[in-house]
Amino acid sequence: MTLWWIGNVALFAVFLVVVYLLHGVLTAARSIVPSVEQIAKTAEAGSKDLDAAALLVTTEDQVQQTIAVAANYGGSLDVIIDDAL
Amino acid sequence: MTLIAVALIVAALVVYLVAVILQLWKITNGLDEVIEYVGEIVEKSEPVEAIVTSINGQLDAGVDLLEGLLVKKAGLIDAVGLVEGLYPGSAAAGFRNFPESTTIKAPRIGEIYTKGTLTLARLGREAPIAVGNPAGPALRDIERGSLSARLLYPEGRQSRPERMPRSPIIGTDAPVLYPPSEQRGGTTPDAAEIQEKGPWAETAAEGIVPAELGGSDAPRELLADDPQLGSEALGETTGSPVSDVDPAGGDRADATTDGAPDVPPRVEPDLKDAPGEADRP
Repeated sequence: MTLWWIGNVALFAVFLVVVYLLHGVLTAARSIVPSVEQIAKTAEAGSKDLDAAALLVTTEDQVQQTIAVAANYGGSLDVIIDDAL
Repeated sequence: MTLIAVALIVAALVVYLVAVILQLWKITNGLDEVIEYVGEIVEKSEPVEAIVTSINGQLDAGVDLLEGLLVKKAGLIDAVGLVEGLYPGSAAAGFRNFPESTTIKAPRIGEIYTKGTLTLARLGREAPIAVGNPAGPALRDIERGSLSARLLYPEGRQSRPERMPRSPIIGTDAPVLYPPSEQRGGTTPDAAEIQEKGPWAETAAEGIVPAELGGSDAPRELLADDPQLGSEALGETTGSPVSDVDPAGGDRADATTDGAPDVPPRVEPDLKDAPGEADRP
């Protein structure tokens, strides 16, 4: 009979420990959810920001044309202006 | 009693485990959404490196071109001085393709670059006489540089041009037209005429001989014996009656008989004004 009571007390203690641990796991899981949602929003915003990356193609074309004009202009200057030496 | 206690323990464990499972399910869904957006980011940013590399290559070529041209035309020393004059402190960095430029002491070309001025003058351009600070006023701005040109004129046209008399508008499109009887030319405008024509008419009053002193609109007895526009040599008609002129003569004209003067026999005709073969239509 004594062992039976000791077993009950031990079982109750184990129950308290398990409940405490499960409560900690639940709290951690609940704290992760808002972070994941924030990460999802940030990733969405970052993806939208990268929509402008397509404009780099236009920028590349403009740079090529600008350099071509500068090269033509430099070529003309090279013809009409004497060299330093 | 024992069974009830075990049942309560199991119930409590189930509640907590189910709550944890629900939170993990939300986390999984959130991470799936994150992975989707991250995939988009990776996909959109994939060509960026190649494009930026290409742009950098083009800009490098432009820098090489401009540096090479500047050094070729101005010389390395003057080129360093010009860049230092425009951007103080940049001479220490030197030119990228000319490592020796970092050891050159930049000459002071902050005000006048004679060689460049002479080069532009030789090319027939308006030579800028100074290399200005980029933050300063424009030296050769065709829109904002009018003050320099206006300073060449007297003060009245510099700061108060709006009060200056305007030049008259003449011709068939003039806003004010006068009958021929008033357009005798050179008449001295009176106060009413000045009021009507505007301030510019006052200038005509200066230097015009008044009528009482024999001006152009003076009475005939006050004019000289041979006044302008009244003599037999000027301003007179031929006096020939109009009936002597055959108005249809031009229609009967023949180029082979009427087109040249009468040339005596064996005299070479004057063909200097005749058009050449190539000029004939």
